Amino acid sequence: MAKILSLKNVTKNYVGVCALNAVDFKVEAGEIHCLVGENGSGKSTLIKIISGVVRPDSGADIEIGGERFHEFNAIDAIHQGIEVIYQDLSLFPNLTVAENIALSKTIASGQKFINWGDIRKIAQKAMDKISANLPLECLIDEISLADQQLVAICRALTHDVKLVIMDEPTTALTRVEVDSLFKVVKDLQSNGIATMFVSHKLDEVLEIAESVSILRDGVKVGTFASQDLDDDKLIFLMTGKKLEHVRFGGKGQTDIKLLEVKNLAKKCNFIDINFTLHPGEIIGITGLLGSGRTELAQALFGLNPAESGEIWLEGELIQAANVQGAMKLGIGYVPENRLVQGLAMPQSVNKNTIITILGKLAKRFGLINRKEKNNCVEYWIDQLSIKVPSAESPVQTLSGGNQQRVVLAKWIATQPKVLILDGPTIGIDVAAKGAIHEIVRDLAADGVGIIIISDELGEVYYNCNRIFVMHKGRFIAKYDTEKTPENKIRNFIGQIG
Amino acid sequence: MKKLFSSYEAIVFLAIVILGAIITAVNPNFLSLENILDLLKSYSFVGILAIGVLFVLVSGGIDISFTATATVAMYVMAVIVNNYGGNMFTAFLIASVVGALLGMFNALLLHYFKIHSIIITIATLNIYYGLLTVFSGGKWIYSLPVWFREFAQLRVFTISNPTGGEYGLSIITVIWLALLLMAWIILRFTLIGRGIYALGGNPVSAKRVGFNILQLQLFVYGFMGWLAGIAGVVLTLLVQSVAPNSIVGKELDVLAAVVLGGASLIGGVGTLGGTVLGVLLIATMNNGMTLMRIPAFWYDVFIGLIIVISVSASAIQYKKKKSQKIAIEVE
Repeated sequence: MAKILSLKNVTKNYVGVCALNAVDFKVEAGEIHCLVGENGSGKSTLIKIISGVVRPDSGADIEIGGERFHEFNAIDAIHQGIEVIYQDLSLFPNLTVAENIALSKTIASGQKFINWGDIRKIAQKAMDKISANLPLECLIDEISLADQQLVAICRALTHDVKLVIMDEPTTALTRVEVDSLFKVVKDLQSNGIATMFVSHKLDEVLEIAESVSILRDGVKVGTFASQDLDDDKLIFLMTGKKLEHVRFGGKGQTDIKLLEVKNLAKKCNFIDINFTLHPGEIIGITGLLGSGRTELAQALFGLNPAESGEIWLEGELIQAANVQGAMKLGIGYVPENRLVQGLAMPQSVNKNTIITILGKLAKRFGLINRKEKNNCVEYWIDQLSIKVPSAESPVQTLSGGNQQRVVLAKWIATQPKVLILDGPTIGIDVAAKGAIHEIVRDLAADGVGIIIISDELGEVYYNCNRIFVMHKGRFIAKYDTEKTPENKIRNFIGQIG
Repeated sequence: MKKLFSSYEAIVFLAIVILGAIITAVNPNFLSLENILDLLKSYSFVGILAIGVLFVLVSGGIDISFTATATVAMYVMAVIVNNYGGNMFTAFLIASVVGALLGMFNALLLHYFKIHSIIITIATLNIYYGLLTVFSGGKWIYSLPVWFREFAQLRVFTISNPTGGEYGLSIITVIWLALLLMAWIILRFTLIGRGIYALGGNPVSAKRVGFNILQLQLFVYGFMGWLAGIAGVVLTLLVQSVAPNSIVGKELDVLAAVVLGGASLIGGVGTLGGTVLGVLLIATMNNGMTLMRIPAFWYDVFIGLIIVISVSASAIQYKKKKSQKIAIEVE
């Protein structure tokens, strides 16, 4: 097969940091090629070099479409048929589907005036290539995320594209939507278009890829045919460590009821929710995006109060009507989207950590003793081994795994009795995930009752005593992880998807 | 009808109809052709400014400085035609150039200092207006060339009313309508127009798909300035004098009209149809108060109330739409 892309000896140094070190990388025409690696392994730098946004250090050899490039910029990349679909999709929420698809092509053609007939034709032609059927006159705001992704792909197809790079395309998709995305990728392949797929979800990588390139610390570990890999091997190659799955061994004090939920319901959110949580126990709630799992978590925390039903905490009926109340009662909630809901990104680690316990730290006249505050922050940085240059560093300069540790620190610092973790390891790489799970298990050992919400079955299976499967607002199944093999649960969830 | 008005615009339209009906019930003069044509003439000034404000809001920015721009443009125009002579064409030309330059200066500051447009334009409002006050000494200009007065009297058609007075479709209204047509073509059928919507919808993506952001902003703020210049001349035609302090401070009235017409302060959303309706609603209310002999002091209160109602109505609509999106079918 013809190579459409061949990079040799690509090195990129940022001030003091080597992002890529002598990496060779090839993509064949029509190939489905996955790129994996932990956060900070150099994946995004490689994508940026391929799309011409970042220049490699001298000595690199770039050959695209049989042509050698000394200098390769973003315009060259577009002319050579390389299109990047960014994680945020880069769509215009206020414009129609047709316009979103056709706009980039219209700009490239240098027209000054818009012919709406042409816009529709361009959009239709792109959709036909992947047999998509999108409502052309709808606004982007009005269609589902999966459809938005198709719009972004169609937009790429309006150009004479040879390689589509998809950066974490499946993060927000349901299983069914992932399947149809994969069908589209196969469609592209039959049109001779190569796809470069970047993902954290290893099972998906193995499912779709023909070959997998692995980066670790800026060095390419190798390129493998996907049939030669499995989950464990892939993790080993990515991290250099063998990852062992050890099930959570804690039992919880099943004779004491810490949290009891009875018939909790809210219209259009969830219904008939019943469960009991014991001290030292971890329970998991799994289900697809939109199953009501996050809405339920927020109901327990007072963010989205339920309309009927009862919540009992340590034998007392409580009103989880607002967040302040829930915090006072000893309920902590780590939200799904730490960037938006969990952290004040430009603020220091210091300030983020103590924000939940300001009241406790405050002394006479509401003033805070600086020394006591610093001691407290240092304690948590040490306890959770958060890697920071200093407690004054802004949170946004940390890696995903460390950011998540700061979020955990700020809630653990409140010494909660019940801690709800919504997607605690979303977007965090494998090694950091393990560390977060370790922290959660330690908390449980100290007698905290923990609820983990996650759509990754492995995460809840290995870390929880019991699992509830949520679908359309209800618990439709419940499993004791000690007595149930993982496959049985996986098959069940596969069927409802 | 549904194609013509989005639901929000239909509500504004309905509000005008209801308000009009109430006013007519109290004073039938409201619905007379003479009154309506007169309203269209006197609100051309606000209407022209509103077009420019719509462009800026859709692009995701805001402009506070346009009243100062209009004032500077009309003052410079009046001084030049009074001292060196000229005709209507040169009058418009001078005001256009001055207005467009002042507008583009906003765009340059915005682009190179990356400060929010509200801060930039509050600053330039003060600079433009301050400089004008320094150089003019705040003096009014009462005398204008004869041809200036004659142009203001031009009508497309003229009708005599029973008491012997004459009225008709003024040339000033025609200028507004022509500018509306032009703006509609730009927004709907040019790449720049679509770029303004794209920029307001998602600035990062606008850059990624290949729009030149500086060029777009120069156009948007330059166009706003240009329209402010034209509006300055129109105001001078209407009142036949130039007062440096007559319109600065009225920015919010124009902004209110555009927001009433459905334009979003966050950017990306807004139509010319809505903007015209917004201007007409304010015109109707103001005129109605006069016809119903309600003291003018109440005007500000009513404007404020209407804005609160309309803004909260669209916020509620947005919330509803959002909650529908995340609603889970519970069986």
